[in-house]
Amino acid sequence: MTRTALSGWGRTSTSYADVLSPNNESEIALTFATSRDVIARGLGRSYGDAALSSGGVVLSNRELSGIGPIGADGVVTVGAGVSLDELLAQSIPRGWFVPVTTGTRQVTMGGAVAADVHGKNHHVDGSIARHVLSLRLVTPSGPVTVSPEIDAELFWATFGAMGLTGVLTSVTLRLTAIETNQVLVDTDRLANLDAVMSAMALGDRDYRYSVAWVDCMSRGKHMGRAILTRGAHATKDDLDASSLSSPKDAKLFVPFDAPSGLLNPLTVRAFNELWFRSAPRHEEREPQSLSTFFHPLDGVRDWNRLYGRRGFLQYQFCVPDRSSETVVAAVDLLSSSKVASFLAVLKRFGPANEGPLSFPLEGWTLALDIPVGPSKLPDILDRLDEFVIEAGGRVYLAKDSRLSPEKFAAMYPRRSEFLAVKERIDPEHQMSSDLARRLDLVGK
Amino acid sequence: MENAFGQPQTLIVLGGTSDIARGLTKKLAAARTHTVVLAGRSQSLLDEASQEATTYGAATVDTVVFDANDVTDAGRVVSECFDKVDDTVDLVVVAIGLMGDQFEKEDDATLAGEVATVNFSWPVAALAETRRRLVAQGSGRILVISSVAAVRVRRSLYLYGGAKAGLDRLCQGMADSLEGTGVRLQLVRPGVVRTRMAEGLPKVPFTTDVDEAVENILKGLANGDPVIWSPPILRYVFMILRHVPRSLWRRVMDR
Repeated sequence: MTRTALSGWGRTSTSYADVLSPNNESEIALTFATSRDVIARGLGRSYGDAALSSGGVVLSNRELSGIGPIGADGVVTVGAGVSLDELLAQSIPRGWFVPVTTGTRQVTMGGAVAADVHGKNHHVDGSIARHVLSLRLVTPSGPVTVSPEIDAELFWATFGAMGLTGVLTSVTLRLTAIETNQVLVDTDRLANLDAVMSAMALGDRDYRYSVAWVDCMSRGKHMGRAILTRGAHATKDDLDASSLSSPKDAKLFVPFDAPSGLLNPLTVRAFNELWFRSAPRHEEREPQSLSTFFHPLDGVRDWNRLYGRRGFLQYQFCVPDRSSETVVAAVDLLSSSKVASFLAVLKRFGPANEGPLSFPLEGWTLALDIPVGPSKLPDILDRLDEFVIEAGGRVYLAKDSRLSPEKFAAMYPRRSEFLAVKERIDPEHQMSSDLARRLDLVGK
Repeated sequence: MENAFGQPQTLIVLGGTSDIARGLTKKLAAARTHTVVLAGRSQSLLDEASQEATTYGAATVDTVVFDANDVTDAGRVVSECFDKVDDTVDLVVVAIGLMGDQFEKEDDATLAGEVATVNFSWPVAALAETRRRLVAQGSGRILVISSVAAVRVRRSLYLYGGAKAGLDRLCQGMADSLEGTGVRLQLVRPGVVRTRMAEGLPKVPFTTDVDEAVENILKGLANGDPVIWSPPILRYVFMILRHVPRSLWRRVMDR
């Protein structure tokens, strides 16, 4: 028996599974005929245990490739294993951008749907689900095509379910038209969390894209100081010279694991200070390339190695507008307990969609990268969970690696609705993952 | 399924009534452990320990009674524990130990043999079945409570220390055998811990209380150290003590 070692992007644990790379739907169906504990995996960018299945079968979706012709209306069908990077390389030169993009291009379309990913434009455009016309997936009961018209229940249950409704094979979605490969960006440096939150609450509606980087290490009146960047696609008229070339591969990479303590409160504080001071106090309509603006993380390949052997986790939660003080309480708890957070990203969400396990809900979301190490960290995050539940919010499963099943159920009250759909298409409970087992989502 | 901090959701403890085992079970139940199976010698002590686990947050606690002198029964005991969990087993703790008075036992064939059986043969048999079940499952951890007494055996405790030494070395080999299976084995080498078992032992430096030992074990679970020392400084103390000449070792350790 040879099993392959796999980890999530946060590299906090190693899991062993049989890894197969099916080429077509019948190969996936064959796996269901013989195996249990099956889960699909794309490029492994979910941070925790969503694409792991210890002792089970992990199906890589990377052979499920192929990009169809892009229609005049921007509609395209792509294999679930196609990455955003591969899709953008084809679409940008033709004047099309993905309707929603994660902070990295290295995610597959299947993974993007499974996590129901959001981007800097959620407050305007919603998550990826809003732009998907139909999905093709192989469930344990057979292959199906689903859409808001055909088996809407399964269609919506798939968004945010982290692969537990079946193996996605292709996605049909509508792309966004662009005239250039530049974004016009307004930047503002804000002195504290209150300032950035009110700037976003008042001004975000004027921008298609908006995100703030928050310093969780500064205290006192500078607690939560932030750099707010907002923008829109540049039109041909906005620029002297415009082009539609596709993004380039990363030139920098991290060749080996850094020592585990490299990112500690001292170094992170120094880095944050530099980053904050390097941003302009106020700047308008600065042209930035699509990749600089949307995919800063792709500048350095294998950057997760910076966190060393012990790995790191990301805590991302959202809370409704009425609970905006929870964001303040979270930043306060983290900065006072001196848990180093290298990157904290704040943004506003628009309305939630119909998916029972979809993450975004209207209000605020804050995402924090935290190295694993301090022995108080598990308890601090458990306390954050309680803040989030009390506020009527939830944490994002694509990032999670440590939530408890009880707290998950409190955050996702439509859990039983989801499980009913899963029971229908997976009566033998063959779709599973380490995350599903941890959060009690396999079904009984 | 255990989480990114190595906090298990399901737990089996062989020797579940020992002080260290109870301390650990409490802490794990307070964190993420919802299903616990405690195996031990006395039903009344097991009931006490399971009550405690429930109080600290475990939703389901079951018990299995066994006699660690009966090696042929070890497979049945482990099997029953796994069946009672009826889910992925995240952590199996082997916390079986018998110390007693060395001088009473060292010239008694029956009593000396018993120390070896309880501290070595029974745990080895139980580990064999545990290994089989976890490897088939493809995940899980085994935590074996060894002792610093196993690192260098001393005159006044050679029955216990020798049996633990056998278990300790065997586990190092077993840990290597698990590479690539998804299962991990971690050894714990505590110094003297203020427990019922250690009552009457002479006072030595680096003695800890149960809570401190448990904290060190939890840290080890979180960071995956193959050998967890408690207190951690003992790792370095024994680097030296391991190589002290015998005459000096006898004088220092067995005054």
